[in-house]
Amino acid sequence: MAKTTEELGNPLKKSLIAKLDYDQLTNCMRCGFCLPACPTFRETGLEQESPRGRIALMKAVTDGLMEPDGSFRDQMDHCLGCRACEPACPADVKYGQLIEQARDAIEDHAERGPLMTGVRRLFFKSILPHRNRLKRAGSLLAFYRKSGLRALARRSGAMKLFPEHMREMENVLPDATGRGVLERIGEVYPAKGEKIARVALFRGCLMDVLFAETNVNTVKLLSEAGFEVVIPPSQTCCGALHAHSGEMEQARELARANAKTFRSADVDYVVSNAGGCGAFLVEYDHLLHDDREYAELGEWLASRTVDVANLIVERGRLPAFAEAEAAEPVTITYQDSCHLRNVMKSSDAPRRLMRQVSGAHYCEMKESDRCCGSAGIYNVTQPEMAGQILRHKMEHANETNARYMLTSNPGCLLQMKLGIEKHGAKGRMEAKHVVDYLYERIAAPKE
Amino acid sequence: MLEPAVARQLRQIVGQRHFRDDRESLVAHSYDGTPMLQHMPDGVIYPESTEQVSEIMKVLSAHRVPIVPRGSGSNLCGGTVPIQGGIVMVMHRMNRIREVDADNLTATVQPGVITADFTAHVESMGLFYPPDPSSMRISTIGGNIAECSGGLRGLKYGTTKDYVIGLEAVLASGEIIRTGGKLMKDVAGYDLTKLLVGSEGTLAIVTEATLRLVPPPESKKTMLAMYKDIYGAARTVSRIVGSRIIPATLEIMDNPTIRVVDDFAKLGLPRDMAAILLIEQDGESATVERDIERIKDICASEGADRIDIAESREQAEKLLTARRSAFTALARLRPTTILEDATVPRSRIADMVLRINEIAAKYGVSIATFGHAGDGNLHPTATTDARDKEEVHRVEQAFEDIFAAAIELGGTITGEHGVGLVKSPFLEWKVGAAGVELMKGIKTAFDPDNLLNPGKMFAKETRKRVVIDRG
Ligand SMILES: Cc1cc2nc3c(=O)[nH]c(=O)nc-3n(C[C@H](O)[C@H](O)[C@H](O)COP(=O)(O)OP(=O)(O)OC[C@H]3O[C@@H](n4cnc5c(N)ncnc54)[C@H](O)[C@@H]3O)c2cc1C
Ligand code: SF4
Ligand code: SF4
Repeated sequence: MAKTTEELGNPLKKSLIAKLDYDQLTNCMRCGFCLPACPTFRETGLEQESPRGRIALMKAVTDGLMEPDGSFRDQMDHCLGCRACEPACPADVKYGQLIEQARDAIEDHAERGPLMTGVRRLFFKSILPHRNRLKRAGSLLAFYRKSGLRALARRSGAMKLFPEHMREMENVLPDATGRGVLERIGEVYPAKGEKIARVALFRGCLMDVLFAETNVNTVKLLSEAGFEVVIPPSQTCCGALHAHSGEMEQARELARANAKTFRSADVDYVVSNAGGCGAFLVEYDHLLHDDREYAELGEWLASRTVDVANLIVERGRLPAFAEAEAAEPVTITYQDSCHLRNVMKSSDAPRRLMRQVSGAHYCEMKESDRCCGSAGIYNVTQPEMAGQILRHKMEHANETNARYMLTSNPGCLLQMKLGIEKHGAKGRMEAKHVVDYLYERIAAPKE
Repeated sequence: MLEPAVARQLRQIVGQRHFRDDRESLVAHSYDGTPMLQHMPDGVIYPESTEQVSEIMKVLSAHRVPIVPRGSGSNLCGGTVPIQGGIVMVMHRMNRIREVDADNLTATVQPGVITADFTAHVESMGLFYPPDPSSMRISTIGGNIAECSGGLRGLKYGTTKDYVIGLEAVLASGEIIRTGGKLMKDVAGYDLTKLLVGSEGTLAIVTEATLRLVPPPESKKTMLAMYKDIYGAARTVSRIVGSRIIPATLEIMDNPTIRVVDDFAKLGLPRDMAAILLIEQDGESATVERDIERIKDICASEGADRIDIAESREQAEKLLTARRSAFTALARLRPTTILEDATVPRSRIADMVLRINEIAAKYGVSIATFGHAGDGNLHPTATTDARDKEEVHRVEQAFEDIFAAAIELGGTITGEHGVGLVKSPFLEWKVGAAGVELMKGIKTAFDPDNLLNPGKMFAKETRKRVVIDRG
């Protein structure tokens, strides 16, 4: 049974007071300009489901106006972490940091049975950061089935991590592979033509197991655009999933490892093709801020991380892209990755590349800048809200009549595939990573 | 605390999900856009129809429970802070645009519709609703009506009051009244429509509004003029209007604002300018061209140091950036931003800006001023830190002096943000003791038990008027 607020509220309150940045809480002037940007506010119309509301709740706890109870925690969980509220904010409130701090504090006092604690440890500590284990698990779902966790999860009611919703995902999940980008093309890939710069690929953990082909295409596209690409083998998971789930210490550990690896790779840029990971890398400066030994390395990596589309548009030689000859142009559309747009501030570059493709017609989807509801593991932890958001998203997607729905992040890509499967033009619309689409359409074929 | 019986009745009216009294909901409705104000309500209710509003009011008046209507809570006068507890009534679910009548050029809407959504809707039908508060992407039409909000287009097109021609509203007793209608002329009795506009939720709850629309202007042109002498800028403003040109927009930024905006937006603005004017004219192309040409001549003859005229929409957007960034740039300086709206007759703009700068220096606080020069509505904006009580006290003293200065120059304590809680101690300075008594009488006629937004508009005590010593 639930404990009383007395028993669990006070220690949580202490952690919140210790972890929340009071300056940021004070910076919020409650103007409400962030409300229309927030997907959960839009779906519910409730102030407490808005950024301003959530900040007010955090502040009320630290000010002693309320005890952090179960619904306080629910409210923090409902947030997608899409950070659409940040660019909308005149006062530059760092909402992303606040929600991370709140979740970190909540994590310190998580009321989990030993089973869930075990599952989380397995997932965050023993699997994600270890490529070999991730590979060996073959795929998350195979792992889920094989390990007997599904039965266990059902029996114990621990559906938070592995709900029914996962079954729908099974349909759209690509086959996992043990051969990542490194195994396929080696550690260094030369630039085509005169070398503009030397860059490192951040391959991502899930990305390289589920979308290794996209990683390969990213390297080749960069090479076509004039970059020499290295893939430092000792890089690890970025830590974003850990941080968004309140596992801050583990996130920092991974950050330290990555910062060291990339610093010694002797590169001009670190390129990411997954908005979620890239956005976390560009904030390593904040993450490692208080780490005396690693602060400088964190800053270095943060300042060097760029999105693949941005780098190509800003520094690269643009290859010519073309659709196959056809009577009608092929319609393409784009779903922003929230973190790519709101944190890495890259929304124009991918669109510019898509508009370059001859024989294709780029059609902007209504509200393409809004979260698709995937948001890391959100569609696993909050299936109801995620489902509602996805349904609205697909209404707009269907209006474009696009042949290709392009996006820049593995989570969004899976969500779009799921959306097409459930509410979309199945068979007529295909979801693809923007890099795959572009690489496949380089006019004068490569190699 | 709300009696359980009242809560039960309210739930019966709106359903379980639309009445809330959990701690999270209460905290989330304890504030609005006004800095440093917070008070818990006892419940939050989300009606979906006029009938529900009426039923709710009957229950609340029977039990003498205060009620605070709320749109998006973006007001800057403490208008939706429930300082006496009670119920906050959120109007968001009543957000339908009932009708756009192209023959009569009117629209009928529910109060919870977001201003920008409404504007976009009528524009998609080739019509135009001019009131454009800077908060329009979040504010509701109901909130605009209750505050009589203005905007950048106020000089030429007027403010919300000039576009509201009919209302449906629920009185404290639960009775439903209708005022005005799709009529451009109507003198049947007192003008209750105009009385309700700007009544800040203290007289009745607006449940539907009929709004006047106009045909959209054909074209628009934008220019900036920069001055080393603020009086040159002020004379320009007077002379433009004196030459019978009414620009669509006529905005001013003072030197402290220019510096902050330049730091923020890196626009390369000359930092030694005393003032920048942003001027826009809209209308028929030929008239617009001619007006801009004449305005340019006036600017030049009043000693403008630099005049930039946008030749394309993109260039215009660039020029507009300076003014649009003003609030954002100021808001980032310090944790707490206090945006006021003292207003003076157009001819006293320069005097007022300089008085504000003097007052800021006297109290050692930072206040930058920008605003709608064309209609004399200025936004002296203080940047401070709510945690520094001593500094906040000085800021408050400075604002008292600023209000007094505005009145002295023939102006008012608030041009568009409303009185609410924040300016109630100063209301008497503007309208006099007899004026306040008369207004209280009107309040009593509408709401004898003082349940609608109690504690707003009228203060327990009027602030003693300081005699300004400018020696
Ligand atoms: C950054 C910023 C910029 C702003 N710029 C401008 C500007 O340019 N011009 C301007 O005029 N204002 C401006 N404002 C102030 C504010 O946005 C306006 O007053 C706006 O009209 C408030 O709308 P709202 O829906 O948020 O109303 P709320 O703040 O929710 O309510 C405002 C008042 O209206 C009452 N009310 C709300 N709905 C109803 C109803 N249906 N019936 C009866 N009473 C009701 C409330 O009780 C309250 O007294 C600005 C505010 C901010 C934060
Ligand atoms: S926009 Fe920024 S300052 Fe305004 S309410 Fe949202 S978080 Fe607070
Ligand atoms: S991160 Fe996204 S969901 Fe969370 S408060 Fe901000 S806009 Fe809303």
